[in-house]
Amino acid sequence: MENTKCDCGHNNPVGTVLCESCGKPLVEEMDNQKQTLDMRYEGAARRSQTRNRALIDKVWNFFSSVKVAVILILITLAVSILGTILPQEQYIPSARPEVYYPQQYGVVGEIYYKLGLSDLYSSWPFRLLIAMIGVSLVVCSLDRVLPLYRALKNQRVTKDPVFLTRQRIHAQQEMTEQEGIALMDRLAEGLSRKRYHVRREGSALLAEKGRFSRWGPYINHVGLIILLLGILLLRVPGFYLNEFVFVREGETKPVPRTPYYVKNEAASVVFYDPEELPPDMAESGQSVIKQYETKAVLFTKDPETGELEPVHRQTIRVNHPLQYQGVELFQSDFQTKLKGLDLAVRDKKTGKTIGSFTVDLENPKFREPYRLSGGVEVRILEYFPDFAMEENRPITLSEEPNRPAFVFEVKTPELKEPEKSWVIAGTNMDEVQKDNRYEMKLSKIQTVNQSGLIVRQQKGTPIIFSGAMIFVIGLVIGFYWQHRRVWIRWKEGILYLGAHTNKNWFGFRRELEQAAEGTDLRLVFPTSGRRENG
Amino acid sequence: MNTWMENLLLLTFVAYGLASVAFAVAVIGRKRKSGEDNHVRRWGRAGIVLSIIGAAIQVMFIISRFFIGGRSIASSMFEFTAFLAFAIVLAFILIYYLYRTPTLGAFVLPLAVILLAYASVFPKEVRPLIPALQSHWLHIHVTLAALGEGAFAVAFIAGLIYLIRVVGNQRNSTHARYLELTLVLVVMFVGYILVSFLFAGLGYEAAIQHPLNGETIQQEYSLPPLIGPAGGEVVKMDPFLGLERPLFEAPSWMKGEKAASKTNTVFWSIIAGLILYGLFRALARKRICECLHPMVKNLDPEMVDEIAYRAIAIGFPIFTLGGLVFASIWAHYAWGRFWGWDPKEVWALITWFFYTAYLHLRLNRGWLGLKSSWLAVGGFVILMFNLIAINLVFAGLHSYA
Ligand code: HEM
Repeated sequence: MENTKCDCGHNNPVGTVLCESCGKPLVEEMDNQKQTLDMRYEGAARRSQTRNRALIDKVWNFFSSVKVAVILILITLAVSILGTILPQEQYIPSARPEVYYPQQYGVVGEIYYKLGLSDLYSSWPFRLLIAMIGVSLVVCSLDRVLPLYRALKNQRVTKDPVFLTRQRIHAQQEMTEQEGIALMDRLAEGLSRKRYHVRREGSALLAEKGRFSRWGPYINHVGLIILLLGILLLRVPGFYLNEFVFVREGETKPVPRTPYYVKNEAASVVFYDPEELPPDMAESGQSVIKQYETKAVLFTKDPETGELEPVHRQTIRVNHPLQYQGVELFQSDFQTKLKGLDLAVRDKKTGKTIGSFTVDLENPKFREPYRLSGGVEVRILEYFPDFAMEENRPITLSEEPNRPAFVFEVKTPELKEPEKSWVIAGTNMDEVQKDNRYEMKLSKIQTVNQSGLIVRQQKGTPIIFSGAMIFVIGLVIGFYWQHRRVWIRWKEGILYLGAHTNKNWFGFRRELEQAAEGTDLRLVFPTSGRRENG
Repeated sequence: MNTWMENLLLLTFVAYGLASVAFAVAVIGRKRKSGEDNHVRRWGRAGIVLSIIGAAIQVMFIISRFFIGGRSIASSMFEFTAFLAFAIVLAFILIYYLYRTPTLGAFVLPLAVILLAYASVFPKEVRPLIPALQSHWLHIHVTLAALGEGAFAVAFIAGLIYLIRVVGNQRNSTHARYLELTLVLVVMFVGYILVSFLFAGLGYEAAIQHPLNGETIQQEYSLPPLIGPAGGEVVKMDPFLGLERPLFEAPSWMKGEKAASKTNTVFWSIIAGLILYGLFRALARKRICECLHPMVKNLDPEMVDEIAYRAIAIGFPIFTLGGLVFASIWAHYAWGRFWGWDPKEVWALITWFFYTAYLHLRLNRGWLGLKSSWLAVGGFVILMFNLIAINLVFAGLHSYA
């Protein structure tokens, strides 16, 4: 075991590089003795350097290495790139990726799909990588922050001359004690003016500023950990809700998996005024969409009476979701749907329209006939909301009334036998059924707008955003400030000075030059450091 | 665009150009022994004053466009690239006051000029914004991300200067060769801009029809089509060196609406860049980095190294806030989700991972000097890839042009 007792008498933990008390290097090969000291973590012992026996220590040591962290980050980076070569599954216009990728991109697409790259970011290997970065973040930070905290907390003013002369910026000059103290007074004043916090102890001085910036990286890592935990929380049931609901104008629907109901009072598309458009677009007469809007009312249901009570009213627009008690509704889709058909029955013999009726496409009447004046009855025999022909047979492609088709039975006092009559939206059937006496005329198509609303409830959001803000604050603390220290000591006829900053040496240098102005102290800087304009 | 707005843009361009010249004079004219410091100080001051004037004019341009135009600062390729040039100058001004280095200006300002020129290749009209882009968060997100990227660009230049300083005069080192290659890439970028302006000035037009997914579509070319789409048919083609149809057809796997015309553009950039580079070599009889080396040989490499790190340190929090945090807030309002893994989002994350790796390698693994400078250069390559390739090649939510 190394000897951890320093010449100054202080007992250091195993693994310490620079004596906690006087700063003298403890373990060193002979040939580095002239080199600048490695000031990282103040030379304190870290857990990962002191234990290496049990499995837990092995795991700890693995994750405590910044090298491992960087490798993990670089792997994640490289893998992320792979995921952008072809579009991810959620962006393809097909519900069957296993067909889409080979068809669209050939062999490359097939391999891409088989390797799972088409849904990379929610795959477990990718998640594992992120999780490992998270673990590494925790371990690495804990491994270093505690010793660093101890070291910075217990800083002593009086340091060993060896510690001072082996700083990157240093000075050494012979003088009497009186001269030394006088010089120290002047430097203390100069440094105070630069907002250094100056402490003195006999014939030694420590001027320090910006120590808090040393916590920057740890604060940002804590922020990241909180952020990752917040994301993890989204997986906990009840913390995250992602639903979708279509609501037509005038309709009230339950908001899925919430106690609310939403009514769509009006939905519309807003177009740009021609004056708002650049001349070339305005001239071409094309209409450019400006907004999609839904006038929405949110209700709760009274548990006793079962009645809906309005609680919130808002116009939902793209970029302006409805927000109420953590539930958010986003304008996500807009469609104009067929709602009803106005049909007129015409007697071809007399050329007169004998009556008309409206079929509500959502609720066509099947049981009863539509009763018209003069004893005319029209009955729906068959209804195909989304009409198509397949192998010469009529079918419906879906339940959505995209192309409604009907087979009606028309019964009038004039007819012996009821007559069958086809109506297919958008198709003229006159030729096909010219033997019919009565003709069904589509006189009007009624439409209704419907809005597709995304329903979200994201309880983890505040956690994620506090994490992100802590992260950014940590970055700012760590990057826009720096920890600077100047040690001075007079010992046995010599005045020693050492100075250290954790970053931005050139600014530090200028500060020291200004503080030492008017003294004849010759500071030694790490390089010739000539500045351009003298 | 109003003529006086156009004039503001032109003035910005001129100011940045003059600033580049002033900084170059400050650095190159230094050889005269007498009053050397004075010379550098005088021209350096002229350079920084011109940079500040240019930035101020560009602020006026941006503000007037914001209020008169479509209330958008950076939602078209033109606007974003022009704003990026502004961000670069802004970051440079800040760094200049920390380190007082005219040499940095002699390299950064030309980059701003190039980017402004590149921006002008794109349509400049104010386009109406689609609903998803109408959000204050969008503006905050894009401008802040661009400001961060501006600082990263300054770091790139500092990295480049470090490399020129340290390996620029070496004849047979791998570093020098890659450095030259990097500079050739920059030349190709310039070549692309020159060719675009040349043919736009000539009013060149061509159009080629071709089948795509069972439909016939038409690709417009603004550069003479050397590469045409597979199975294409010339609809119209202005004469160019007697060419009547494309020299090559793009391979059939290169589908996509504008794949062929984009490849054609890349091809033209390479040709133009190589011609420019050939001319340069013929005249100078030296590699570019050898020519630039005397400009930087008096610099202290450690300081340049620190400048690169400092610029990244300044840019990183801003980029994180703008490119990731505010970006996800905007995404939430626009699409109801904070993060959606679309290519542009992923590339923002990749950029962020890259600079994270840079910071850790530097701080913890002692990657200073050469390695660190190469990383600063690499980071900028990723940014440019993000700007050019993702916007123009990948079709995603963010591709504007
Ligand atoms: C992926 C996300 C990460 C980000 C964005 C991040 C960010 C940062 C930043 C900005 C710094 C300060 C760097 C500087 O001052 O130049 C830093 C330092 C540091 N990071 Fe990270 N980090 C990440 C992950 C990690 C991981 C996984 C580890 C664990 C091994 C780690 C360990 C460290 C250490 C040890 C320091 C140095 C602290 C010091 O020496 O004072 N970081 N990190």
